[in-house]
Amino acid sequence: MSALLEVSDLTVRLRLGDEQREVITGTAFQIAAGEAMGLVGESGSGKSMTAKAIARLLPLGARVSGRVTFDGADVLALHGAELRRHRARVAVVFQDPRAHINPVRRIDDFMTESLRLLDDVPRAEARRRAAAALEEVGIDDPAKRLRQFPHELSGGMLQRVMIATALLSEPRLLLADECTTALDVTTQAEVMAILDDLRRDRGLAMLFITHDLELAGAVCDRTTVMYAGQIVETRGSQRLHDDPLHPYSAALVQARPSVTATAPRLNAIPGRPVSAFEAPGGCRFAPRCPHAVDACRSHDQQLTALDGGWVRCSWAAELRGRLLASSPASSSGENANA
Amino acid sequence: MTRFLARRTAMLVATMLVASFAIYGALYVSPGSPLSALTGNRPLPPEAKAQLEARYHLNEPFLVRYWHWLVSALHGDLGESIPLHENVSTLIGQRVGVTAGLVLLTSVIIVIAGVGLGILGALGKGLVDNGVLLASTVSAALPSFAAAVVLQFVVAVKLGWLPALGTGHGFADSLRHLLLPALALAATSVALVTRVTRAAVREETGREHVQTAVSRGLPWPSVVRRHVLRNAAIPITTVVGITIASLIALSAVVETAFGLNGLGAYLVQAAQNKDVAVVQGISLVLVLAFVLTNMLVDIAYAVLDPRLTLGGRAA
Repeated sequence: MSALLEVSDLTVRLRLGDEQREVITGTAFQIAAGEAMGLVGESGSGKSMTAKAIARLLPLGARVSGRVTFDGADVLALHGAELRRHRARVAVVFQDPRAHINPVRRIDDFMTESLRLLDDVPRAEARRRAAAALEEVGIDDPAKRLRQFPHELSGGMLQRVMIATALLSEPRLLLADECTTALDVTTQAEVMAILDDLRRDRGLAMLFITHDLELAGAVCDRTTVMYAGQIVETRGSQRLHDDPLHPYSAALVQARPSVTATAPRLNAIPGRPVSAFEAPGGCRFAPRCPHAVDACRSHDQQLTALDGGWVRCSWAAELRGRLLASSPASSSGENANA
Repeated sequence: MTRFLARRTAMLVATMLVASFAIYGALYVSPGSPLSALTGNRPLPPEAKAQLEARYHLNEPFLVRYWHWLVSALHGDLGESIPLHENVSTLIGQRVGVTAGLVLLTSVIIVIAGVGLGILGALGKGLVDNGVLLASTVSAALPSFAAAVVLQFVVAVKLGWLPALGTGHGFADSLRHLLLPALALAATSVALVTRVTRAAVREETGREHVQTAVSRGLPWPSVVRRHVLRNAAIPITTVVGITIASLIALSAVVETAFGLNGLGAYLVQAAQNKDVAVVQGISLVLVLAFVLTNMLVDIAYAVLDPRLTLGGRAA
């Protein structure tokens, strides 16, 4: 099966002053048409930069190597009109809709501008389509909303506007970059449901970026976990949750409060998350890993296939099944998620 | 919008009242008698002095005199110049055109050159941006009196392209005469507007919503026009407004340097002659122009930024 999006050996360096800082190291994954993949990781793990590289939105001075293929086209080589066409077919839903929608223009103007400017759709027709798209994401009285300004709408409403707008250009891939993080939990659930429905109805492929492993599992068939600019594990979402292969994935699973059990305190992962450029040699997670041995610190870990997934840990097979039982945070060894 | 305009108008009236009182009061307490210009500082016989004081209402209490002046001013009568025996409104009317023309032409230069160079610097890279920075630094360091001398010497005397002095007759000739004074007056302001525009456009370019527009595949010129410049217009309008309002007072220097018969030069002359009524009248007109300009800026502000009027934060 040929994938809609294929990322291979993607490495990104950002320029910071005179320095080149690596933020993504050799990332590789595929997304088929209509498939949803979750991309999970802490701040600085490189997940947002991965999305930006795919949409070609990296900041000026970024150095990119590797290969990104979208629908057969070499994304990293695109420029000019072809690049703009690529961006139109890859819709991005950003984290903070209030910052990402121009505050001085009406919703109508925001939603219809790419239809009018890129596809020469007449204003009335563009407005009709925008109203229909708003209805599709569950917004009442779309005609009124179209006349309003962004500051007159709530955050949840604005995020729906953002999603509706993304759909107007009939994209084939949706990059959802922490698109529910700024919303309260109820709104978050609604927005997730909308995204999920739309994806199924339209056969839209989606890269869902979040720091919330469970949220990714709820909407995505497959979840990829990133740490310090590297993919550490890729697996079916449910299996990743029940039977993580990498110690980092396991730690993430355990860091979430359980709905069924009351934990005296949440399991945190000791240490702080690092970015690719400051990661140590050998296994990048080793300093925070409760299972790390000297060999981990001296040898780079390779992504290897294991039980239908991929994992970057040489001890994965041995550790399997024991990861969730040993809690990395509590010295007493109690397991809150039991 | 109606309520906004009503509130702004009320504020304008209040400002004018306070300003008129300050102008009248300041000249009232300033040393010397308005009659000294008539008498040439010679002592007057008491009866002649009393007669003159009665004629110009100088013997009445301050508040009564202020009230009379204010009421006549509202009817367009700014009193009589004691040294010249002429109506102040007429004297002002003869000169207001020159100053208005000068300020208007200067404003056009400031907007076109300042905003244009600012955008060029913000969007251009390397050489273009550095060129803009250099030009604005030089221009900022040129006070209008220095610019006036340089322009007169180089453009008018050496090159002979434009007249160095005077007002001219007819539209085209007046424009020719006003061009050098306007350039001299604009120099510093162009630099300020350039810098502010450059910073505002730079800042907007980095905004998230601009990234959204780019991510939708819109052509860069459209993104710049519809999102960067549209939003940067808000801070630019503010600084342009303040700059133009301050030109009205600054015009005095340039008018004197270029021998223009305008309000600013006349204000200085009248103050030296202790022509109190003229100083009061011109000051009042200048304050009115200043306040009106500011009100226009505020209205432009409300139109440009929908969050202001609707949020009721229109101060």
